[in-house]
Amino acid sequence: MTSATNVVAGNFPPVAGLRSTFDVEKVRREFPILHQKVNGKPLVYLDNAATAQKPESVLRALDKYYREYNSNIHRGVHYLSERATQAYEQARAAAQRFINAGDPSEVIFVRGTTEAINLVSQTWGRKHLGAGDEIIISAIEHHSGIVPWQILCEEKGAKLRVIPINDQGELLLEEYEKLLGPKTKFVSVVHVSNALGTINPVRQIIEMAHRRGVPVLLDGAQAAPHLKVDVRALDCDFYAFSSHKLYGPTGVGVLYGKASLLDAMPPYQGGGDMISSVTFEKTVYNKLPYKFEAGTPNIAGGIGLGATIQYLNQFDWEQVEQHERDVLAYATECISAVPGVRLIGTAREKTAVLSFVIDGIHPHDVGTILDQEGIAIRTGHHCAQPVMERFGIPGTARASFGLYNTRADVDALVAGLHKVLEVFQ
Amino acid sequence: MADLRELYQEVILEHSKTPRNYRALPAANHKAEGYNPLCGDHFTVYLNLEGDTIRDVSFEGSGCAISKASASMMTQALKGKSRAEAEKIFERFHNLVTGHAESNGTEALGKLAAFSGVSEFPVRVKCATLAWHTLQAALKDQQEPVSTE
Repeated sequence: MTSATNVVAGNFPPVAGLRSTFDVEKVRREFPILHQKVNGKPLVYLDNAATAQKPESVLRALDKYYREYNSNIHRGVHYLSERATQAYEQARAAAQRFINAGDPSEVIFVRGTTEAINLVSQTWGRKHLGAGDEIIISAIEHHSGIVPWQILCEEKGAKLRVIPINDQGELLLEEYEKLLGPKTKFVSVVHVSNALGTINPVRQIIEMAHRRGVPVLLDGAQAAPHLKVDVRALDCDFYAFSSHKLYGPTGVGVLYGKASLLDAMPPYQGGGDMISSVTFEKTVYNKLPYKFEAGTPNIAGGIGLGATIQYLNQFDWEQVEQHERDVLAYATECISAVPGVRLIGTAREKTAVLSFVIDGIHPHDVGTILDQEGIAIRTGHHCAQPVMERFGIPGTARASFGLYNTRADVDALVAGLHKVLEVFQ
Repeated sequence: MADLRELYQEVILEHSKTPRNYRALPAANHKAEGYNPLCGDHFTVYLNLEGDTIRDVSFEGSGCAISKASASMMTQALKGKSRAEAEKIFERFHNLVTGHAESNGTEALGKLAAFSGVSEFPVRVKCATLAWHTLQAALKDQQEPVSTE
């Protein structure tokens, strides 16, 4: 069993020069959670598409905020409040630069990608959509890219149209072209599919929509941790991502929107911080981005997101992408060679996700047995039931990679899969 | 792999590969659907109830090894039993997989005792009990599908 693994590994030589430029072992040392045993085996964490682990510097930033300058922001005249406000706004500026937005006021802090999409559907959507209008999404959306639009469609009598995929899990752009029409009011698609890892041709998708004056939202939850995102180069109208998949804390994320669109949108929630003046007769809303940030936000989370971006900024992004491509290619090669395995999602452009099924063995059983080996993967439908339906399967086993994963993690996974086969013979 | 062998005992693997009474029941006068939305496990349980007695019971659907084997062995254990006996067996089975079994209760379960290993894997309890919850729903003629979430 182990020797079979080694043979496969031996057939796939490392990319020359990679290790000298991106030091994955150094990176691993910065993530304390990775250095533990689970069920008596060293932890192999391959569930990064669900949530990623946090580096020491992020943990320190969270701790420091609560220990040294916890206080509310945008309100106090006192020292602590000023310090917290400054750190929070620095995080916004860091997020702005991270996605190359034009201005920090275009960066709205939200709870995560899900809230970002709901914000757009409930504000832009409710204002602009009417009966008979159409919203285009794709067949590989996460539920959070489906349900908010369904709710809106139901309320407005509008229709959801879906860009289909081929058997590799790639969007059919010629079908998308046919869906685009005079009734199309909005397009909302994932940048990267969480269930399949497909990188969508978002530039083209945006261009095609813009030719008809239709705005586009990109769900970047799975893209931001793996690809260099440039919202101005993409020319997307909205971009959403979550901190916790980006090695940052949970409960915070970013909605980027073009200022012209955000300015014209009604507010999302009412409350403190989103107003500039309130009387019982009339309320004047605050300027961007605060108009969309009612109530005391997740201050620690925002500061933590700033810290994770600062952490990521030390890397040459091309090297990160190259490292992750190498691990994914190696995993694709090795996992495909395991008897009975079928990969689900084999797009030419992919990142960081390997979904698969094994003949006659349910993904849930695969997950339980791997867990006994200290290997964490996700099993099930990955909040993308329509994708599973498209492939005629109840779910998959999904290994998803982050910048700290290595070929050794893949070897452990392959050995674990052989254990699975052994149990089920 | 001692723990795993506890969970995936031979009899469980065997039933998951060749489940018994795996078919629709034309003579069924009760049936119900059970669904585990997180794993995608989905079963239909068919019952032919004559008076108070389970004359026949079968199932169809898809799920993991634990849920399928449990459904298969359940149908074997319940054929010919009364409602009250079926309820009693489920209670014992539930106690077994949640780690609350009394020793005499386990013996009465016969082959179903093979599921004792499930108690060490709390997330798998819902797999082991899905078919049983579905059976209960069928006995009650519940229209809404059962969910173990």
